[in-house]
Amino acid sequence: MDAPVIDLLQLYPRDMNIYGDWGNVLVLRKRLQLRGYDVRLHEYNPGDTFPDQVDLIVGGGGQDSGQNKIQADLLQLGGRLRELADDGVPMLAICGLYQLFGNFFKTHTGEVIKGIGLLDIDTVGGPKRLIGNTVLESEEFGTVIGYENHSGQTYLKGGTQPLGTVTKGEGNNGQDSTEGARYRNVVASYLHGSLLPKNPAVADFLVRHAALRRHGSFDDAPLEIPFEEQARQDAAARPR
Amino acid sequence: MRHLLATLAGKAVKTVAKLRGGGSALPGLVAEKIDPNFLPRTLGNLPQGVVVISGTNGKTTTTKMVVELLQGQGLKVFTNRTGSNFTRGVVAAVLGETTIGGTLDADVAVLELDEAHAVHFVKLVAPRYCLLLNVMRDQLDRFGEIETTAGFLRQIAAATTEAVVLNREDPRIATLAESVTAERVHYFGLAPQLRVMFPNDDDMRSGGAGDASDLPAADVVLAACEGASATFTVGSRTIDAELKLTGVYNIYNAAAALALARTVVGADVDEDALLDSLEAVTPAFGRGESLTVNGKPLDLVLVKNPAGFRLALRSFPPAGFSTMIAINDNYADGRDMSWLWDVDFDSLAAAGVAEVSGVRANDMALRLFYEDVPVRHVDTDLSASLHRFIELEPDAPKRIYCTYTAMLALRRELGKLTEVEVVS
Repeated sequence: MDAPVIDLLQLYPRDMNIYGDWGNVLVLRKRLQLRGYDVRLHEYNPGDTFPDQVDLIVGGGGQDSGQNKIQADLLQLGGRLRELADDGVPMLAICGLYQLFGNFFKTHTGEVIKGIGLLDIDTVGGPKRLIGNTVLESEEFGTVIGYENHSGQTYLKGGTQPLGTVTKGEGNNGQDSTEGARYRNVVASYLHGSLLPKNPAVADFLVRHAALRRHGSFDDAPLEIPFEEQARQDAAARPR
Repeated sequence: MRHLLATLAGKAVKTVAKLRGGGSALPGLVAEKIDPNFLPRTLGNLPQGVVVISGTNGKTTTTKMVVELLQGQGLKVFTNRTGSNFTRGVVAAVLGETTIGGTLDADVAVLELDEAHAVHFVKLVAPRYCLLLNVMRDQLDRFGEIETTAGFLRQIAAATTEAVVLNREDPRIATLAESVTAERVHYFGLAPQLRVMFPNDDDMRSGGAGDASDLPAADVVLAACEGASATFTVGSRTIDAELKLTGVYNIYNAAAALALARTVVGADVDEDALLDSLEAVTPAFGRGESLTVNGKPLDLVLVKNPAGFRLALRSFPPAGFSTMIAINDNYADGRDMSWLWDVDFDSLAAAGVAEVSGVRANDMALRLFYEDVPVRHVDTDLSASLHRFIELEPDAPKRIYCTYTAMLALRRELGKLTEVEVVS
């Protein structure tokens, strides 16, 4: 019998792929392969045809110039992405795409960049960048470890839940101790580092829901990945 | 009087700092505090002015090349060779070579400057020439965005009075021509078939250099490159050179150095002497430095950012070498490890990696696991790792990819085993 297939899509790898976003794709692919899935990797850039079958979506951060390049394309894709999210497709949105998955980004000069409203969050440009090693506690995922680097300050609206509560670092806005956002099977965060290599609980959450939705079953046996736990501990112990 | 006082005080501190072992910026701080005009006065009067070299990758090696090329043309060159590329480091270096009266005995100053500090420096002393190499994703934990760094370089270009030399292959550098107020802009570049070797950050996932159709003409073009042999096109002439540098990025920096040296010297340039000087240049410390340990070569390759690491891996085929990778995350290295995920390591898969070390050894090892690269030992203790690396495969030539502070620690340790040049 052929291996079951998972279609994994990276959003805007050309323009929104800074701070190791490719690492998240690599980790999802590898963890699926180790569990016997055949992974089809799709890249979606502005103007491309969005594939009919998508089981798992990853999107990353960009320079401001990269965000300008994808802005119009993302807005016309917004309806489709919202439908998929509502239908339970797992997604990981980091940094720039986290912001644009929200209602809007208001820059420090007052310009308003429209988001796709998949997440009920608002972002405003802050006076200084929030940069450094970051640790969160999450009920779903335990301790989450990463590195933040953003000037946008994000506020959760209408009961939107955070990914976790910061115990080291600034988080969404440096004020309310929240970091990231959750909606159905969507995980959004400012943390790169890359996020998934050192946070296997988040990676396996995404993988599990992709497999369950497409194939109706998933073997939850944990994977033994060398250096993973040690790398987590090293990162958590480093200065901000 | 103030100038004399600043010189004397700075010199005194420099002597004390030396006795205490290190601290190249402190004497500069003292002189700068006593006399803020110290730098404009000492550097502003040099007959051929000040040359500033900046960019993300290759500053140190390129500066060393430019210095030696100009010396080969008979110029007396002042430079900040200790690698202290902040303004205070420059003041300290000036102090080391000024007379008690405070004059600097040189024709020209060639200075390597960190991008952010160069902005501060050019406000004090307007450079007559500048060379801007590249702007890559690096130190985002310090600067936030690539565009911020590009903005720093734009200010350097705008402050330069006579001629600006730019890398036409780097779109963020080439576009700085718009901000130049000096009369002349010169370029260095690559032959089309070499462009694929130099992906910039924007091509990281699109697999090749962008559109090359309307690039400006370049004074010096790297036309071909094989090992340490290089062919440059300079105007209508073709120059074949046998260099003491390897790594295609070092050799591309040679094109940059040639373009700048020719710009500074002008029509009187002695082409034969230029080639002789170029062929004699050895790598700057820790930058592709080749040491000998137990009769076998050991290369130190400094890696600081994804583009640099990717270029280094493309430049040095791993076959026949034993490989070690040492990754620290101290302030000078950058604390953010996400860059390791933007380097493709598959070229190391066949031969594997003997040692992975440094503060973030486990992050590096995890990265290699996800790319199916076998790793023999993982050890955060640099010294233990280095000794095992040397002892377990005594007959293999070796190569160590290392971040900046890991390189400093490894050099100290290697100094116990072999001759390592001491840089004061």
